Amino acid sequence: MSNNMQSSISIRDLKLSFGSFDVLKNLNLEIGKGEFLVLLGSSGCGKSTLLNCIAGLLDVTDGQIFINGKNVTWEEPSDRGIGMVFQSYALYPQMTVKGNLAFGLKNAKVPKAEIEKRIARTAEVLQIESLLTRKPAALSGGQRQRVAIGRALVRHVDVFLFDEPLSNLDAKLRADLRVEIKRLHHQLKNTMIYVTHDQVEAMTLADRIAIMKGGVVMQLDSPSIIYNRPANKYVADFIGSPAMNFYQGTLDKDNNFRGDGLSLSVTGYPFEEGRVAQNQQVWLGIRPEHIRSADAAQQCAVQMGAIVELVEPMGSDTQIWSVVDKQNYRFRVDGQTEMTEGDSIRIGFDPENLSLFDRDSELRL
Amino acid sequence: MTDETNLVDGPRGPKPKRAFTRRNIFVYGTLLLFAVYYLLPLWVMVVTSLKGMPEIRMGNIFSPPVEVTFQPWVKAWSEACTGINCDGLSRGFWNSIKILIPSTIVSILIASINGYALSKWRFKGSETFFAILVLGAFIPYQIMIYPIVILLREAGLYGSLWGLVLVHTIFGMPIMTLLFRNYFTGIPDELFKAARVDGAGFWGIFIKIMLPMSLPIIVVAMILQITGIWNDFLFGVIYTKPDLYPMTVQLNNIVNSVQGVKEYNVNMAATLLTGLVPLVIYFISGKLFVRGIAAGAVKG
Ligand SMILES: Nc1ncnc2c1ncn2[C@@H]1O[C@H](COP(=O)(O)OP(=O)(O)OP(=O)(O)O)[C@@H](O)[C@H]1O
Ligand SMILES: [Mg+2]
Repeated sequence: MSNNMQSSISIRDLKLSFGSFDVLKNLNLEIGKGEFLVLLGSSGCGKSTLLNCIAGLLDVTDGQIFINGKNVTWEEPSDRGIGMVFQSYALYPQMTVKGNLAFGLKNAKVPKAEIEKRIARTAEVLQIESLLTRKPAALSGGQRQRVAIGRALVRHVDVFLFDEPLSNLDAKLRADLRVEIKRLHHQLKNTMIYVTHDQVEAMTLADRIAIMKGGVVMQLDSPSIIYNRPANKYVADFIGSPAMNFYQGTLDKDNNFRGDGLSLSVTGYPFEEGRVAQNQQVWLGIRPEHIRSADAAQQCAVQMGAIVELVEPMGSDTQIWSVVDKQNYRFRVDGQTEMTEGDSIRIGFDPENLSLFDRDSELRL
Repeated sequence: MTDETNLVDGPRGPKPKRAFTRRNIFVYGTLLLFAVYYLLPLWVMVVTSLKGMPEIRMGNIFSPPVEVTFQPWVKAWSEACTGINCDGLSRGFWNSIKILIPSTIVSILIASINGYALSKWRFKGSETFFAILVLGAFIPYQIMIYPIVILLREAGLYGSLWGLVLVHTIFGMPIMTLLFRNYFTGIPDELFKAARVDGAGFWGIFIKIMLPMSLPIIVVAMILQITGIWNDFLFGVIYTKPDLYPMTVQLNNIVNSVQGVKEYNVNMAATLLTGLVPLVIYFISGKLFVRGIAAGAVKG
């Protein structure tokens, strides 16, 4: 996204260190107005740190943060027009739900009548009207997180920051609240930055996903591009479950891949413009869901015989671990398919679904 | 079919418990023994304080009073002589109260702010500051007695109640700060962050969020301070003058007065009177105390 587009948050050369340990290293990020950005990455990669910097809860070591065109690098958290929702809900335990919602407004000296009005409206949106007089201890996890979202909502802020808001909830509730957050976003059209470990949350909620590793953004793209055209091997490996199958080999000038028992032509593979493999050493990656088996394999450009090693039924589908020439091929079949360990099967895939990465730089080719 | 009947007739429901196992006898026996061991002196004190001198001279210190008299209590409270004053312990009691209330309030107030700042508003050097403060808890305070005499004299507080209040506040500070810091460290950072996003500042968060959550630890701090300050003898005798002596010092003067016969009943009554305040505090807040100590101990 370029600078002249209307951007809600702009992070320039952000650096943050704890002592000599650099958590964020020259991070640049432009987030559009009303965009839903998901920060995804392994534990300790600096997602919460970045969020805390945007919120103003951490003093940055270097760089600038703009929100709605205003430089807020030195502003107090409450003056940045942000609301934040935490994993642990962080409700004030000695206040009622109403008190929790009113706290920020009272601090901002909003008139009493206006506070009442806004609380009523927020409670209606989040369906927590009946809980207003209760203390947080008397609420379930899902209700607490609703109140926590309400606390951000009631302040009429432009930017919502979520730090793993759903990870303390059980699977069913998580799915419910996820949908609700999405609905809320459609309704309010606020800018939202959402940290999560959960790929499903990331894929379903995000307009764009930022994959972080070691304090830098590895890729920032729409969920479908992240999934289909991962920018490097790390992203390819990180996204998708089960993980992508990887094979090492060489790629000659005529686009023939050879290695790890595979020998195939990748003609038809959508190469990134101008990228060539150095020394012809590459990684070849295939997503489990792109490997076909049985009859469907017959139509594939690349085909081979495999032995089923392990069958993992997941209900709706089944994960198969198979072996060809001592190389593992993980793939998925429909949950109804009958397959048992030891079966000889045919599998296949098409070159356009592959991913190729340079072995040295690990960048997508 | 024997298997079948076994299944039906087998153990079911709660396991029956036997009262007189060897383990129970040992545990409760030990507990009883120590209870008696600790309660016996108290018993002797109470019965002695209720006897007249002739009865005491007969010697049976464990036997209950034949004729109950409250005269020793009255005398201890309002008539016993210490030096020139002959108005009993009452003067010391009120002195102690006058020392206790401001010392407790001021020390807890400052320590809670210290603990809050040290746990939630880490600043450059805050760890060092804390380490030095905690070190203070381990330095034997006898070392500082004379320097403090000089400091108080220079400040014009030597020999006054306020001087003693200041001393108690300072000496309570390391342990009180430690207590509050550990308690506040246990309060999740996210709560604190949420309050900052909601626009509360240093004092707003302290007063509206942290303090209302700190009742258990405040109770612990109060008990520690009240008993510590009430039982203090050394500082009282050094930093005040006879008119302002706290109760403990006066008790000592009554019990150790050399002229006349030793009135054991009055001494016992005086001692019990002096010990009454901490005792009452323990009884009122025992449960809260245990809970607060546990809460303060979990993290550090
Ligand atoms: N106060 C601190 N002092 C020193 N190091 C810290 C501090 N806070 C975080 N870190 C370090 O900074 C790195 C990034 O932490 P951060 O909390 O941002 O990770 P995260 O991506 O949110 O991880 P998670 O997914 O587990 O929440 C971690 O390696 C962490 O150990
Ligand atoms: Mg985190």
